[in-house]
Parts: sequence; C-alpha cells; structure tokens
Amino acid sequence: MASRLARHQARWGFAFILPWLLGFLIFTAGPMLASLYLSFTKYDLHSSQWVGTENYRRLFQEDPLFWKALDNTVRYAVFSVPLGVIGSLAIAILLNQNVRGQRLFRTLFYLPSLVPAVASALLWQWIFNADNGILNTALGVIGIAPIEWLQNEQWTLPAFVLMSLWGVGGGRMVIFLAGLQGIPDSYYEAARIDGASPWIQFRRVTLPMLSPVMFFNVILGVIGSFQIFTSSYIMTGGGPNNASLFYALYLFRNAFEYFKLGKASALAWVLFLILLVLTFIQFRMSKRWVYYEGATS
Amino acid sequence: MIGRIAVYMLLILGAVLFSVPFFWLVSTALKSSQEYAADPGALIPKSLAWDNFGKAWTALPFPRFVANTVFVTLICTVAQVVTGSLVAYGFSRFEFRSRNALFYTMLATMMLPGQVTMIPVFLIWRQLGAIDTFFPLIIPAFFGGGAFNIFLLRQFFLGIPRELDEAAMMSGASYLTIWWHILLPLSRPAIATVAVFSFLGNWDAFEGPLIYLNSPEKYTVAVGLRMFQDSFGTNFEQVMAASLVHILPAVILFFCAQRYFLKGINLSGLGGR
Repeated sequence: MASRLARHQARWGFAFILPWLLGFLIFTAGPMLASLYLSFTKYDLHSSQWVGTENYRRLFQEDPLFWKALDNTVRYAVFSVPLGVIGSLAIAILLNQNVRGQRLFRTLFYLPSLVPAVASALLWQWIFNADNGILNTALGVIGIAPIEWLQNEQWTLPAFVLMSLWGVGGGRMVIFLAGLQGIPDSYYEAARIDGASPWIQFRRVTLPMLSPVMFFNVILGVIGSFQIFTSSYIMTGGGPNNASLFYALYLFRNAFEYFKLGKASALAWVLFLILLVLTFIQFRMSKRWVYYEGATS
Repeated sequence: MIGRIAVYMLLILGAVLFSVPFFWLVSTALKSSQEYAADPGALIPKSLAWDNFGKAWTALPFPRFVANTVFVTLICTVAQVVTGSLVAYGFSRFEFRSRNALFYTMLATMMLPGQVTMIPVFLIWRQLGAIDTFFPLIIPAFFGGGAFNIFLLRQFFLGIPRELDEAAMMSGASYLTIWWHILLPLSRPAIATVAVFSFLGNWDAFEGPLIYLNSPEKYTVAVGLRMFQDSFGTNFEQVMAASLVHILPAVILFFCAQRYFLKGINLSGLGGR
C-alpha cells in the first residue's frame, strides 16, 4: 500500500512533468494522428475529401519528383553522415589532447556552427560562385579549372556535402568530446602497462567506450540529414534541374506553396516510416558494435 | 614528440580551413563595392568600409527584424530553460507511475522528423487566427523546451546528491524552493549549455518563421536576410554585413558561456548506465 508521502510525491512529480506531457499531446501525438488522417485525404485549406491510399499510390507510381527528391536525399545522407561522424570524431580526439591554446582551437572549430543557417547559405552561395568564389580561386592555385558547383547538376550534391562538413566542429563534436572526457584515465593507464600502442588503445579503449555516443550521433545524424532544407531553399531553390531538390524541400513546397496538404502529409508519413525503419535497423545492428559498460553481452 | 608535432599541425591546418569562410565573411562585410569587385578573394580589405553596415541597417526594416528576433528568442530561451528544468526535476527526483515509459517516450520524440507534425500544427494555429503573429513561435517553448534539453538537465540533476534535497526538506523547504535554491544554482553548467542551445535554436530558426510570418514588419532576421538576397543580389558586401549582424550575438553568447559549456553535458545516460 502506497504511503501518503509516496502519493504526495507522485502527484508533485507528475505536476512537474506536466508541461512536457501537455506539449507532447498537443504538439506531437495529436498532430501525428491528424497528419496520418490528412494523408488519406485531398485537402487544400478549403475543401477536404477522403481519397483512401490515393496520395500514396500517386507518390510511388506517378511522381518522378518524389523519387528524385528521395534519391537526392539518400545520396546526401550516404556521404554527409559518415564523413560528418568521422570528421567530428577526429576533431574531438585532436581537441582532447593536452595541447596549448585548447580553448582557442575549440572556439575556431565551433565557430562555423554558430553561423545561422540562412547566413551560412548566403555565404556558401558565394564561396561556390563559379566565377569569383574563393573555393574556385583556391582550387585555381593548385591548377584545377573552375567548377560550376551550383550550376552543374553533377556538382550540386558534392557541394552540399562539402558545405555540411563545415559544421562538423559543432554540436556533434562537442558530444564526442564530452564522451571522450568521460573515459576514465585508469583504463588508458592499464592499457599502457600492458604495453598497448596508441593505436591499440584507440581500438580497444576509446572506440568501445565511445560507441554509445557514436551510436547517438549516427542516429541523429541520419535523421538530421534527411531533413536538410534551409541550404537548398536559399542557395539553389532545388535546382539546377532538381539536382538539389531534397525531400524536406519537396514536402515544404507541396504543403506551403501548392497547399496540397493531403499529399504533403503523405510525404511526411513516408519520411517518418523510412526513418523509423532506418533507426530500427540501426538499433538491431548496434548490438554488434555498441558497447554498454556493465551490460552483459 | 613526433606525435605532438603532428597533433599541432593537424589542429592548425584544420583551424585554418574551418576559419577561412568565416574570416572571408567578416572581411567581405568590410570591403567597399569597388574593392570587392576588383578582388573578391582577398582576406584582408585594404580600407574598411563601415558604411556597409549603415546601408544594410537602413535599406530594409532591419532594426525591426532584429527587435523581433530578440523578442522571440529571449522569451523562448527563458521559457525553455524554466519549463525544461521543471520537467527535468520531475523526471530526476520523483517516483510516479509510468515515469520511465514517459521518459523513454520523450527521448523517442527526438527521432521524430518535424515534418510529421508540421502541417496539423499549422492548421491549429490557422484555426486560432494566429498566422502572422509570434504566438506559433513562442507558445510551444513553454512546454518543456524540447527533449534534448530536458535530457541534458535531467542527467545533470541526477549527478547532484539527493542528500541536499533531503536536508532542505527536513528544514521545511517546498519542492519549488528546492528546485530554485538548490538544483538550479548547482546546475549552472547545464543551464548555461541548455540556454546556449535554446538561444541558438531560436535565433537561427528559419522554417517556423518562414511558415508563420507573412508581413515584412514581423520578419525575424533569418527570414529578413532572404529579402537582402533578393534586393541586394549584387551587393554582396551588404548581404555579408547584414549576415554578420545576425551572427555576432550568437558568437558573443558562446564566448560568455564557454567556461561552462562542456561541463554541462553529462552523457552517462547514453552509456546505458
């Protein structure tokens, strides 16, 4: 039987989390169900009509732009996520060394992620400028002919991946750094006493101890990369010839430019299901490579 | 020894590569149009054209954009820190039914793409007649301020000895007093970290303001910058001057909070323990 104190405690605890719970019901759970319903309708703000699975059928069978956007987004994710994770891990390891000017270096690497997305897109639009952008100027110095980064279909995706790498010193790196600093020194000392080389220490201590953090970064990295929006909206508007039409941009246009809210909701649910499956697969695979301290494996 | 030299070389090389775009932005913002046209790639301007800022400031209702952004960002940041820390307090210090189920539900929402809720939430605000107001941007901040912030704060609270709460309880302190006088002061690093994340998130926000704000006098800087792109397409120096105004508060805040920043992130929960 619960004591009065326990009941009193439970009520207060519940009261404290209530803001989140209400927000969850109003802004997450309710709207999710509503968008699932909308995805089976034709809705343009004025009239609504139940169309069953028609929106989904059309997306898969009659909408080349849907496939184009999905293809672009998958390609972008395939390159930007692994490069981003490796890059942010490498920077975190470098910054975790006992070096002089650590704070200065940390700030310089973090700086790019402080640049707001719109300002960053405007800046990179000019960095990529084919005629006088600094990237082509720098490449010219080592004898590479100017590249039409944002005008040539073949170079658009690499340009967006490159731009995304500018931010690897940001949040993800900080999370790796926090993870690295959580590894007890005694583990490394023990490894050194056993005569382990720095590489073996990295393989046998750092990587396993860091694997939960890496798993977290990969999961959120995949989800984030599937939602790339602002940079393509500002820099290319999805062009040239839809080469940078990413999924979230296509969805946004259907929702807020064409007001095809039913179709856009179907797009949202397809995105959600894709990410759900990807996340599920990653959780399954994580049992093979993520090491949880104290867990029996 | 060779290892240390290699570390420094890599750090310096990386820092230069990462900083060049930023310094180019700053230097371009300070170049005159003539100088930019003559040598766009130069990292150090020959003379400083401060009037780019003046031109950018007056050409569009830019002060208005800044005021709007400051207004929205400050309210949201305070609301997210206050309600987020209350929720974290509930999750870290109290036993109640389905607490863990609710906590994991909250963590799972981090993986939810915003697009799945975007359209119905838009329809709710439209129904309430709140399109082209700041309410759709501000009100959601009062509901805990996001799963990641709550998670970080909860992790930090878990690291604060419960004996402190219990001692305060003994002397008759209420739960709210404990939250305000014990947990918050002891959690400065976590509060600072969450405040920085919240501030940056709201200051940078683009898609929300793009969806909800229609009239230019309500624009935030992020949306307003797009107007610069349209109206100053060729005056890149002024676009960069305006961008710099957008960037500076974030950079200044980061410098101020840096001391606390990393200490506020306790990831032990991710390690399964």
